[in-house]
Amino acid sequence: MVFFFQNLVNALQWGSFYALIALGYSMVYGILMLFNFAHGDIFMVGAYIGFGVATGLVALASMGALALPTWLILVLTIIITMFLTSLVGMMVERVAYRPLREAPRASAAITGLMVGIILETGNLALLGARRVRFPTLIESTTYDIGGVFVTNKKIMIVVVSLLLMLALDQFVRRTKWGMAMRAMAFDYAIVPLMGVPINTIAALTFAVGSGLAAAAGILFGVAYPVLDPYMGIVFGWKAFVAAILGGRGSILGATLAGFLLGFIEIFVAMIFPSTLRDLIAYSIILLILTFRPHGFFGEPYSARLRL
Amino acid sequence: MFSHVPLLGWLLGAAIAVSLEHFLGTSLALALGLPKIPVLFGFVIMLKKPVLIPGAILYVLLIYFLSIGVTARLSASPANRLAAKLLSLPPWFSVAVHLGLLYATLHMWSGMSAYRVITLKLTLIAVMVTLSLNVINGYMGEFSCSHPGFMALGAYGASVFTVVLFVNDRLFGPSLLPAALAPFMFPVALIVGGMVAALGALAIAIPSFKTRGDYLAIISLAFMFIVKSMIENLEVVGGPRGLSSQPDCANLPTVFLWTVACVWIINNFVRSTLGKALNAVRDEETAASAMTVNTRRTKMVAFLFGAFWAGVAGGLFAHVLRYVNPSTFGIQKLAEVLAMVYFGGLNSVYGSIVGAVGLSLLSEALRPLEILKWIIIPLLLILLMIFRPTGLIAFKEFNVKNLIAPKQKREEEM
Repeated sequence: MVFFFQNLVNALQWGSFYALIALGYSMVYGILMLFNFAHGDIFMVGAYIGFGVATGLVALASMGALALPTWLILVLTIIITMFLTSLVGMMVERVAYRPLREAPRASAAITGLMVGIILETGNLALLGARRVRFPTLIESTTYDIGGVFVTNKKIMIVVVSLLLMLALDQFVRRTKWGMAMRAMAFDYAIVPLMGVPINTIAALTFAVGSGLAAAAGILFGVAYPVLDPYMGIVFGWKAFVAAILGGRGSILGATLAGFLLGFIEIFVAMIFPSTLRDLIAYSIILLILTFRPHGFFGEPYSARLRL
Repeated sequence: MFSHVPLLGWLLGAAIAVSLEHFLGTSLALALGLPKIPVLFGFVIMLKKPVLIPGAILYVLLIYFLSIGVTARLSASPANRLAAKLLSLPPWFSVAVHLGLLYATLHMWSGMSAYRVITLKLTLIAVMVTLSLNVINGYMGEFSCSHPGFMALGAYGASVFTVVLFVNDRLFGPSLLPAALAPFMFPVALIVGGMVAALGALAIAIPSFKTRGDYLAIISLAFMFIVKSMIENLEVVGGPRGLSSQPDCANLPTVFLWTVACVWIINNFVRSTLGKALNAVRDEETAASAMTVNTRRTKMVAFLFGAFWAGVAGGLFAHVLRYVNPSTFGIQKLAEVLAMVYFGGLNSVYGSIVGAVGLSLLSEALRPLEILKWIIIPLLLILLMIFRPTGLIAFKEFNVKNLIAPKQKREEEM
């Protein structure tokens, strides 16, 4: 039982990375009907920008230029990185997706793939092949709760992720911008006639999604401090599957599917040899999609979907 | 000036250029200050040593452009007469003459170095894979991501077949048949590989009855990961270490013949009633169904057919490299194949050939740039997608009769 709860904690942490990335996919997919295949690499870019910002802030703090406690550095890092990565996401939208608004959707998927490759290679060209180490921002403390070991990092990661998801939910439901996004997801063609600027909303969607991916990147860096340029591939594709599994544009669906994927992966590795992880995880997904082809919370296939 | 040169003339020019290179290439290269014959139209050497750029350009101009141009221009009228005479004979004969000339050219060109042979073989295989994916993504309009999975199934199916039968292997024990029989049984091995891939394609074809578009894309993506992960966990075929020591059967003529067969069969398939049914299903499934198109059968056939050829290509791939490894058939391969299909053009056999050959050669030519290559090629593709969203040569029929007829539009076969 203790073993089970121990893995549950790990799965929660692992699932929150997937869920945060899946949210970005899901928003772009729900609102613009696009596969943003570059999103996994935006997660990677976020982690690297976070690495840069955190290293800079730590250096400033150690020089005595600004006296900040480390937790404040972490908060600042998250905020600054989310902002900077949002700019990257908006740039990607402007360069690779906006010119293709009227093109077949598959073409946009190809440009997305290519942007992803450019981001990976660009990183490799700029920083070289060596892996970088994320600076330690919080000291690890382990709590023993009835035999289950929980670190403060894990708690922090899960709590920050849940807070961000709640914030996103409120943003989409309560604000004018969120309402415009929902309107666009509902009917793409009629929205501009109502005076909603599509390009602005599209850019905002990418910005929000990229910001969440950046947060996931930093949290990942806090938990697993070694970063490499290809880290976005594995996470990106799995989160992408999770986003679709959740149903088109459903925030709750993407979150749940992200956590579900985390649970499946951790528990498969617990019971079977860990090399079977992908095999079983994807087989379960295939099975779910066979019986619910439109995901958990998506609408069934309609004529509106064109490819 | 060149508008009335038939394909035969161009092929003749290419053959002459290549034989010129065969006899004079080395001395000309030395005379121009190049260390040896530029291996890939001078691109590689130009990027490696910028000093040699003028020499390499001059070499390419003299050997290829000049001789092809002059031969094509001079032989235009006899070639036209010959083409007309050939056209009056049975069409297969004319086609065979053209293909023979093309093969002779390629054989001589690749005979110059082992690097050219392997590049050519992989390019031909890329043509097969791209075409077979175009059947599903272009003609039927699904977004299938499972092609690396089909290739892996074909590669492993064919490899296991040949290794069990003809090779004394650590994994599978002594060979069952003498190794001398291997070249004769190789087509059977490839067909077995194709069948295995087609069997795997059932996993996608059946869900495709109920769902389309995005969800099918995910199902096919999951299928690709499942295949890769399954092979990694099968210790019988070597697991993540891969499977090696395939017999050396995939020589250039074999690969060439299979590619020709693939182009021919797929071209006939997409122009048949069944092929038109694919387009009908793509454009409007309900309407197609109302027009008595059996949509289930159509989808099933398209997936199995596309997967079969991907499997054959995978089998060839495994035997060309004589080593396969499950990690070859991952996301990277997917991006490569998708890029070739969408670069060349959807719904077009021409497009697939151009896309596969173009991207393969481009990626070989830019190899000296190392890491920058993976910035330049994606940038090119993004620009192409922005300006021609359906690809270079989309929605164009590949008509062999027009191609080989005299005085047709020019088509450079290099």
